Amino acid sequence: MTLTAGKPHLSREHMLDLLRQMIRIRRFENKCAELYTQEKIRGFLHLYDGEEAVAVGVITVLEKRDRVVATYREHGHALVRGVPMKAVMAEMYGKQEGCSRGRGGSMHLFNAATNFYGGNAIVGGGLPVATGLALASRMQGDDIVTACFFGEGAVAEGEFHESLNLAALWQLPVLFVCENNSYAMGTALALSESETDIQHKAACYRVASEAVDGMDVVAVEAAARRAIQAVRDSRKPYFLECRTYRLRPHSMFDPQLYRDKAEVESWRPREPIARFQGWLETNRMIHPDELSRMVSEIDAEIAEAVNFAETASWEPVEQLCRFVHADSTVPTGQ
Amino acid sequence: MQQAAARTDTVETTYREAVRAALRDALGRDNRVFLMGEDVGRYGGCYAVSHGLLAEFGPERIRDTPLSESGFTGAGIGAAMAGMRPIVELMTVNFSLLALDQILNNAATIRHMSGNQFGVPLVIRMATGAGRQLAAQHSHSLEGWYAHIPGIKVLTPATLEDARGMLWTALQEPDPVLIFENVMLYNMSGNLACDAGAVDIDKAAVRRKGRDISLITYGGSLWKTLEAASVLATEGIEAEVIDLRSLRPLDDATIMTSVTRTRRAVIVDEGWRSGSLAAEIGMRIVEQAFWSLDAPIGRVCSEEVPIPYPRHLEMAALPQLPKIVAAAKTALGQA
Ligand SMILES: Cc1ncc(C[n+]2csc(CCOP(=O)(O)OP(=O)(O)O)c2C)c(N)n1
Repeated sequence: MTLTAGKPHLSREHMLDLLRQMIRIRRFENKCAELYTQEKIRGFLHLYDGEEAVAVGVITVLEKRDRVVATYREHGHALVRGVPMKAVMAEMYGKQEGCSRGRGGSMHLFNAATNFYGGNAIVGGGLPVATGLALASRMQGDDIVTACFFGEGAVAEGEFHESLNLAALWQLPVLFVCENNSYAMGTALALSESETDIQHKAACYRVASEAVDGMDVVAVEAAARRAIQAVRDSRKPYFLECRTYRLRPHSMFDPQLYRDKAEVESWRPREPIARFQGWLETNRMIHPDELSRMVSEIDAEIAEAVNFAETASWEPVEQLCRFVHADSTVPTGQ
Repeated sequence: MQQAAARTDTVETTYREAVRAALRDALGRDNRVFLMGEDVGRYGGCYAVSHGLLAEFGPERIRDTPLSESGFTGAGIGAAMAGMRPIVELMTVNFSLLALDQILNNAATIRHMSGNQFGVPLVIRMATGAGRQLAAQHSHSLEGWYAHIPGIKVLTPATLEDARGMLWTALQEPDPVLIFENVMLYNMSGNLACDAGAVDIDKAAVRRKGRDISLITYGGSLWKTLEAASVLATEGIEAEVIDLRSLRPLDDATIMTSVTRTRRAVIVDEGWRSGSLAAEIGMRIVEQAFWSLDAPIGRVCSEEVPIPYPRHLEMAALPQLPKIVAAAKTALGQA
């Protein structure tokens, strides 16, 4: 571990919290995979297995007033951001108690209370939106930071380039976080980019940029602390590339014809939870009892979320055409 | 379609396999043909349509692209103008919007703008439609929008024969052709003639004969409409079912022949109602067959809402059997 990188304030309590958040995402998503096979969760389900350190490392550093824009692989981001697990699970079920009233499902988690602007399933689609949120910050003179997460596949889209240029040109306070997990569905980075050093592209737009080991939660957090401080103070964009790996299939439909099992296995020892937990154990910073208590608390929360989703209600069909335009009988968020 | 009466040599296949057979056939017959799109090669196609073709034809002709819909659709246009016969695959119509500029402002207009000096013999295939609980960014049916655009043809194969046969004919066209494959059809299986090949792409087909009412539809809704016709038949109503096959150009003659005989029409269209293809067809009937009508024209379209995730709401948003039956009965004054 690069536990000295950037020398963040690393109390034992804080480190246990980082571990807890990663385990919470992992176990929540393992449950989701199980519920998917039981057909409780339908549609597309994209899991974050192996990438948890990115959402945890970055979102932990954000302030409550900051904003988050994410992709369809966003369960972890929503959880770390503080969207209640019950509301996330109910959304996965499509129940009206879900964080998007069940209308969005797994790919479209939204939550105004935590400034969580979704859940965008058009690759690259979130970047211009994040740029606009940051434009509002500039025009309104606030000190909010907008964090925008996207995969390396989005780098090929025009919207990526247009957004970076706009953000740099207009000096907008947005943190672009590229979750480089090596594949866009079945397409490896080297097969989609002539320049595979992604942070270098940001530099071409004169956006301050940095790449970090995205499997190392402490390194991610340290980099995020530098990045978010820079955005908050300078009111300019910053680009953080987190190098990581997707251990599971792209979605539940993917037979993974494009990579060897051996390649996946070679990444497994580097996966962020085992690695960080191992480090904490070696350094006697966590007691086995503490760990099992942590896991059972998380499991209890997950069980409660599942129970909530199970007993939550289906929106009546008569309400099908609601929420297409503003409706005075329901809060619209802002 | 216009099938010979009794064909004994048939093979059990699926819609997906029929499209794949069409691709393999085209790639084998014309070395100017190549397929390009996101994950068409190593991944095997997002709906597994091109699975196996990479091994057969290599990465030059089964070309994986980056996530750059506008870029590679435009590249397909350029390659077509310079003598190639590209087949561009866009994963779904929802993502085709990122390439809409290229499709409309270049592919559809270059022949005209250049005073007929250049043409764009390009085929663009994409999936369309709802029914898999993929929510509002993956479930829309926008083929009716594309049918608005002069300069392109818009095809909606709904049968195995058309899935197998439309591609080759489209590739012979001098101008761009868009082919929409409804996602709910990929797993549909049935028998297809072993020697199935090219089919015409300008005629609608009467999929079921009837004298009482014309049900006009296309794509994924064809099968629901045929089912509705069977239900109506149990109540003594003989519905004729027309599969448009091509949304642009529309085969007015087949529609009007049917409607002037049945004197009643219901249009079933998975697009939203307002400004829809169904509206266009209804207006054409009014223009060309108004005096033959015995009742107002009916429509069954998607509800005016982005497609929601939960199954019961998604189903309620789409044209369904009971709605089609009810619309037919209303047109027959039996509601
Ligand atoms: C514009 C657009 N094109 C294609 C897709 C289909 N698609 C969904 S996810 C994906 C891969 C994206 O990869 P990446 O950006 O690296 O993110 P990851 O899934 O690896 O997290 C593709 C091609 C889409 N959703 N949107």
